[in-house]
This record gives sequence, C-alpha cells and structure tokens, in this order.
Amino acid sequence: MAKSKSAGKKHTNPPAELIFRRPVSLRDVETHYCAGCGHGIIHRLVCETIDELGIREKTIAVAPVGCAVIAYDYWNFDVTEAAHGRTPAVATGIKRVRPDNIVFTYQGDGDLAAIGTAEIIHAANRGENITVIFVNNGVYGMTGGQMAPTTLAGQKTATTLAGRSLRRDGYPIKMLEMLAVLPGAKYLERVSVHSAQEVVRAKRAIKKAFKTQVEGKGFSMVEVLSMCPTYWDMTPIQSCDRIKGDVSTFYPIGVVKA
Amino acid sequence: MRSEAKPPRRGRGKGKGMSQKILMCGNEACGEGAVLAGCKFYAGYPITPQNELPAYMSRRLGEVSGVFIQAESELAAINMVFGAAVAGARAMTSSSSPGISLKQEGISYLAGCELPAVIVNMQRGGPGLGNIAPSQADYFQSVKGGGHGDYKIVVLAPASAQEMFEFTYHAFDIADKYRNPVLILGDGLLGQMMEPIVIKPEIKNPKPDTDKPWALTGCKGRSPNIIRSLYLGDGVLEERNKRLQEKFKNMKESEARAEMFNLKDSEIVLVAYGSVARVAKAAVSAARKKGIKAGLIRPVTLWPFPGKVIRETAGTAKKFLVAEMSAGQMVEDVMLAVNGRTEVDFYGRMGGGIPTEEELLAKIEGLV
Repeated sequence: MAKSKSAGKKHTNPPAELIFRRPVSLRDVETHYCAGCGHGIIHRLVCETIDELGIREKTIAVAPVGCAVIAYDYWNFDVTEAAHGRTPAVATGIKRVRPDNIVFTYQGDGDLAAIGTAEIIHAANRGENITVIFVNNGVYGMTGGQMAPTTLAGQKTATTLAGRSLRRDGYPIKMLEMLAVLPGAKYLERVSVHSAQEVVRAKRAIKKAFKTQVEGKGFSMVEVLSMCPTYWDMTPIQSCDRIKGDVSTFYPIGVVKA
Repeated sequence: MRSEAKPPRRGRGKGKGMSQKILMCGNEACGEGAVLAGCKFYAGYPITPQNELPAYMSRRLGEVSGVFIQAESELAAINMVFGAAVAGARAMTSSSSPGISLKQEGISYLAGCELPAVIVNMQRGGPGLGNIAPSQADYFQSVKGGGHGDYKIVVLAPASAQEMFEFTYHAFDIADKYRNPVLILGDGLLGQMMEPIVIKPEIKNPKPDTDKPWALTGCKGRSPNIIRSLYLGDGVLEERNKRLQEKFKNMKESEARAEMFNLKDSEIVLVAYGSVARVAKAAVSAARKKGIKAGLIRPVTLWPFPGKVIRETAGTAKKFLVAEMSAGQMVEDVMLAVNGRTEVDFYGRMGGGIPTEEELLAKIEGLV
C-alpha cells in the first residue's frame, strides 16, 4: 500500500484565482482504493464539508472495519479505529465525553447493516449527536466481494454465485427507512456519487448532516450509494449506470427524514 | 435490592480529616472507588450478580458530571468504554462471567490500541448460562488472555468490600500508567456481601483528570492523533508486538502482589485468592490451634502472578494446598512456580459451591 507523495505536476505560475484545491482535511497521499471506487469521492466530500464548516480541529472520526479501515491515512484530523460494527458505540463514548467535539463514523454496509446493526439502531435511538456516513456498495469489498446485507436480489457475489436468492439469503435491508421510525434519528438522507450532479447533491446532504450535529439536534446519517467495479465485475462507467438504474430504483435517492 | 446505599457525603462524620466508615455491598464499594479515582464514564448491561454496581454508578456519576450509559449489549458497553478511553476519560465497565466473555473482543482491542480502562468481573457459575452463585472459574480467561492475540492485562483479586473499593481506586492509576486495561476479578459473594468500608480523608474527593497527550481531543495546535491496532506493513506488527511485550514485562516485574498469612515456619501452605482466601485464612488459624504449622499465600494480583513468593516458599514448605471455586485453574500457575520441588494438592468446589473452613481444615489434616 504505497503512501508516497503524489507526483502530480506542479504549476509553475499559480492561477490568478484559486477556485479548486485539495481540502486541508484530506491528506495529499495516494489511496489504496480500486479504480472507479466511490470511497475517494466520498472521502473528499466529507473533507470539503469539514473544511467549509471550519471544524477540522475539533473533529474526531471513527474508522470502520472494511475497505475504509485505514481512512486515518487519508484524513488530516483525529481518527480512531473501532472493532467491526461497534463504530457507533465507540463514537457514543467519544461524543459523551467530549460533547463539544464533532464526532462522525464512516461505515460500510457490512459494518453498519450486518455485524453492527444493534449499535447503529441504538445510537440512533438514543439520539446520539453524531453523524454517520454510510457507504452502501452492496458487497464486502475488503474480504473479496461476498454478499452484503444490502446486496440486491439476484446480484452475483462470491457467496451468491447464482445471484442473491431471497429465499436462501433474505432481503436487502433499507437501513434509513428502518431508522426513520426512531424519534432519536433527526436527519436521514440517501444520496449517490454515480454522476457529477449526484455528487453535488451528496455534498449538500453530508453538509446538512454535519450541521445537524453542529447545531446539537441529534443523530444524522447519510447513506451514499457507491460504486464497486471490482466486485460488481463491471467497468467504472457500467457501475455508475448500475446505480442510476437498479440500485437507486431499490434504494431511492432523497431525504428520508428531516 | 441493595442499591440504596448512600454515597459518602463530605463534611459528615466526626470531624474534618476523619476517615469515614460506610456500610456497602462490594459492588457499591467498587463504584465508589471508581468515582473517587476520577472515573467519568461507565457503560454496562444488566447481569446478576453485579447489578448494584451500574445502579450505583447511574446515580453517583451524575453528581460528578460523569456519564452513565445503559448499553444495548456487552459488546456495545465495552466499545463505548473504548470510545471514552480514546477521548481521554477514565472509563469503566462491569459484568459477570457470560457478559465478560462478550467483552473479550473489546478488551483485546483496548490492549492492542494501548487504551486504559477498568473492567470488573463479578464471576458467577458457568459454563454457559450456569447460575448466579459465586465462582472463580474465569481465572484462565482473565490471566491467560481472554481475547485474541498476544496481550496481558493486570488482574486484581479483592477479598472484601474494602478491597473492592481500594483496588478499584488504584486500578485506574495502573491502567493509565501502562495505557492498558486492568481487570478487577471478584465474584458474586464479594459483590453482594455488605461490609463496612473505610474511606481515608485524603481520598474523599474525586481525582482530577490526568493529562493524556495521545488522546483524541481534536487536532487544534498539534498534528492529528490516531488510535489504531492495525499494522499491515511487512514486519511492522511484529515490531509493535515486541514493544508491547516489553511493556507487559515491565508490568510483570512491577505489579505482582501477594498477602502472606502465618507463612513463616509453615509446613502446609495454602494458596487461595478472593473469597476463598478468607475461608482459607480461617482454616489456617484453626489448623494452628491444633498445632499444625499451616500458612497462606493469597495472590492479590493474579496477573502478574506472584510466583516469586511461592517459588521461595517451595524450598521450605512440605506441601501446598490450592483452594478455588473452580475445577482447578490457578493451581496450574502454582505448580509452574513450585516447579516440582514439592507436592501440590488441590481442593475445589464448582457451580456455586463455596469451600468451607471445615472442608479445608479436613484437607489440611489429611496432608499432615
């Protein structure tokens, strides 16, 4: 996992007006993510948000177990690891001890919707004033593309070679809709990063979620539909098209609760 | 319900600077020791026979601006404690045997991430759901590494409500000193039994927060802090584990403690800890009255195990008798320390059975 400084070309003459730059919250390093993966975009959106809200120096993040397990190599603020799925419990401990800090978790679908189901439900139900970024790409990427709780019916994975069977494997879980019935959950929105337009909407939602916490309103969560070309066995473009089609048809994009 | 004990009030008692004597059960004494040590965070999940402790913390922590959370599970509770430790707070969780099994993953992560925390196990009968009677059957789990990976935690074995109080009070210092979890290993008897405890005037007020530059507080004025146990690079984890083992070696050299009772000139040496040590003490006194030269070594720390005093005594004692509320667990560490130099016998009761003074005395007489 190379973490060498990016050898990108440097401008010899700085542009007259700087309109786009790497967020201070995002380290200038190469990531380990696969080509066409959505994590890089989502990392950036989170970091832009933290910069824009001026909260980098009081942010504490909880990294998951999954593809984003080494997120602390990419983020330029305080980060802790957590045991698989216990991410919201760890965030709860941090936030209760340091209510003036901004605490967020960054979790995948295995971490949040399978092994950590109890933790996310009860953190939301207690109305913990934390923000959750939930990356839903429908597979376990880190371990080799096994079925996730969010895997769509019929989707082929390492453990559903003939496609997910609803009879054998159960149904894909809509976490936001489940959490929406809890009074403690204050802001819930589903977004995607499959197109430029959706990336802009995703950024807006992530910012709203963090603002919900800054304003002390309670639990906020953004589910981001994300591409996994490697384990979808697709090109990056096909992966974006898949979200636009099947994935967002089953997991509708939009505000679930506000 | 014994959760009615009032926390000690300042200014009460016979005068300023006087010790306070309060009647409490061991679980409550443990809670008060934690609060006075500056514990600011408790998370737990109900399980008998330790329920007086969370009940006490739920009332008492509010008085010192601390946080109490009744978690959705033992898994969540230990990981909330993990988070509180990450944020620099003195944090504690408690449970009893089946719940402690669930916490083992979290304890391994605490040790792997070098985070201080105090965990209390008021042991009950096992395996499985077992029963709610006192037991010492979690010794192996406690001292041999209950979770995955090479790690060690200091294990303190109180034998009274007073020690539930004092050991918990000191456990937080040991945890902070080494940045490592510390386990208080009691049992249902110690937790439920009411005894007077004495609080010395110098520890009447909760300790102030300790400075933890490694804690996650937000990176204002410094570079970001990271808490992790994941090291994927070639050989990196091995180097880190070597450093952790150095730390465990220091703990082993500095923290081993034992209480000796009538040990001088002893020919029959009992070894027992916790509740059983109190019974053993009575049996040793009864044996002395009968002219039998009996003594007791009572491990106060179970890890590090006070093997040195046992090793030294093995040169002069004729026989060792280990008594436990288990099928025989600590006896293996005694045998390792004795290293074949003399005979080691065992007497154990299981599943809620408590060795009596008469049973131990008969066993001692049988060894003479």
